Amino acid sequence: MEERIMIDVDHVTIRFNKATQKIDNLKDYAIKFIHRELMFQEFLALQDVSFQVHKGEGWGLIGTNGSGKSTMLKAIAGIMKPYKGTITTYGTIAPLIELGAGFDSNLTARENIYLNGAVLGYSRQFMEEHFNEIVEFADIRNFLDSPIKNYSSGMKARLGFSVATVVNPDILIVDEVLSVGDAKFKKKCNQRMEELLANDTTLLYVSHNIKSVLKLCTHAIWIDKGHAVMKGKVEEVCEKYMEAQGLTMED
Amino acid sequence: MKRDKTKVRIETFIKYTELMKQLVVRDLKLKYRRSFLGYLWSILNPLLIMLVMVAVFSNLFDRSGSIKNYAVYLIAGRTVFEFITTSTNDAMRSIIGNASLLKKVYVPKYVFTLSKVTSGLVNMVFSMGALLIVMVFTRSQFTWHFLLFPVVLVQLYLFCCGLGFFLAQANVFFRDIQYIYKAFTTAWMYITPLFYSIEQMDGWIRFVIEYLNPAYYYVKQFRCFVYEGCLPDARIFVGGCIISVVSFVIGLLFFKKSQDKFILYI
Repeated sequence: MEERIMIDVDHVTIRFNKATQKIDNLKDYAIKFIHRELMFQEFLALQDVSFQVHKGEGWGLIGTNGSGKSTMLKAIAGIMKPYKGTITTYGTIAPLIELGAGFDSNLTARENIYLNGAVLGYSRQFMEEHFNEIVEFADIRNFLDSPIKNYSSGMKARLGFSVATVVNPDILIVDEVLSVGDAKFKKKCNQRMEELLANDTTLLYVSHNIKSVLKLCTHAIWIDKGHAVMKGKVEEVCEKYMEAQGLTMED
Repeated sequence: MKRDKTKVRIETFIKYTELMKQLVVRDLKLKYRRSFLGYLWSILNPLLIMLVMVAVFSNLFDRSGSIKNYAVYLIAGRTVFEFITTSTNDAMRSIIGNASLLKKVYVPKYVFTLSKVTSGLVNMVFSMGALLIVMVFTRSQFTWHFLLFPVVLVQLYLFCCGLGFFLAQANVFFRDIQYIYKAFTTAWMYITPLFYSIEQMDGWIRFVIEYLNPAYYYVKQFRCFVYEGCLPDARIFVGGCIISVVSFVIGLLFFKKSQDKFILYI
C-alpha cells in the first residue's frame, strides 16, 4: 500500500545573487548605479531537484559542504521560497536547524521556554501542559529562573531540543544540531528521535556522519553542486556516495 | 483558491498572536527589569525633559502668554511624537535585529514589526502617567473628552505600523536608511508644533505643517482631548483617519512584496 505523501518537492530551483560586492546601502547603490556597475550575478544553489517523502520515512540528505543540503532544508521548512518549482508539505513541522534560535539571553529559562514555544507556533495552553516535561527532559530544574546568558552552550542546546521536540510533529527537520552536548544527552536525543520515528514521524536529516544517516534513515538523496545525483534506499545511495568520495563504508 | 489563501493567512495570524504577545511582554520586561527604578523611568524621563523644555522655551516662545498652561501643552505633544519616533525606529530594526532567528525558523516576518509598534504603544500609555502628574500639578481642567484619547491611539497605531513596515523592509536592503531616518525625524520634530503653537507660523511653512505633516493631525487631536477639552475639527479627524489607513496599506504592500527576498539580505 502506498503511504501518504508528506513532502512533495517538485522541480525546485533556488537562486541567490552572488554579487562580487554586497551592496547593502543606498550610497553604494547610487554610486554603482551611476557607474552602471549594478550586476546581478546568478547563483543557483539548487537546480531542478525533485523528490517525494512518504509518511513514516526517514530521508538523509548527503553531500559535500556547500552542495545545497541546508538550503534544501530551509526551503522545506518555509524559510526560503523557491525561485522555480513548488514545495508542498503536509502537517506540522518541527525544525531543528539551530537549537535555541530565538532564545533571548536576558530572559530566564522559564520565560524562554514560553517564548521559544511561541516562535514555533505552539499555543500558550499547550506549553503550560508540557512545561514540566520540557524541564525534566532538559534537566535544568535548578536553573529555571536564572537568565539564559549564564547557561553553558550544552545547557542551551538541551533546552532548545526539548522545546522543539515536545510536540509529536508530522515532519522533523534536523540539521546536524546534535554535535553539541555531552554523550549522555546525545544518547537521550537519539532515543527521542527514534521514539518519534516509531510514531510515524517523517524525518529529514542532514549529516556528514554517514553512520548516523544509515542508522536513522530509510532513504537518502545525494546532492552535489545543487543537483540531485542519486536518490533511493539509504544503503545504496550512501555506498555510491562513499565510493565517489574515495572512501569505503568502514571509514 | 483565493478564498483559501485568505483563510490560511488569517489562521496563521491567529496562530502567531501568542508570539506577538510574548515579544511585547519581553520588550517591556527587559526595558523595566534592567533598571533600578523600573517603571518610574518611563514617567521620570518625559518629566525631566519637559521641565528643561518648559524652563527654556516658555521664555523664548511664550512671552505673550498665547499658550495657556504651557507645561501640559508641551508634554501632550511630546507624548504623541515620542511614540511615533520610538516605535517606527524600533520597527525599522525589527527585521535585521531578528535575522538569526528568521534564518532558522519559519515565522511570519510581520510579527516582529507589529510587536515593536505594539510595545511602543504600551509604553506610550505608561508614559501618560507623566502627563497626568503634570495635569494634576498645574491644576488643569479634566473634561470627559480626555477619555476619548484611544481614538487617536488607533489612528497612531495604524500610521506607525504602516511607516514601520515600510522602513523595516527598506532597511533590509539599504542599511543606511537608519541614518537618513534619524536626520529625517529631527527635521520632522521641528516642523511639528510641539513647543510652539501653529498660530505663531505664517505663510507656506504654516501650510506645510497644517496640511502635509501627518504628525500634526495626531498631535492636534490628542491635544484637543487632553488639553483643550474639545472635539477636533472634522478635517483633522477625517484627515488623520485617512492618513493612517493609507500609511498602513502602503507599508503593508511594500513589506509583502519584498518579504521573500529578506532571507537573501539578512
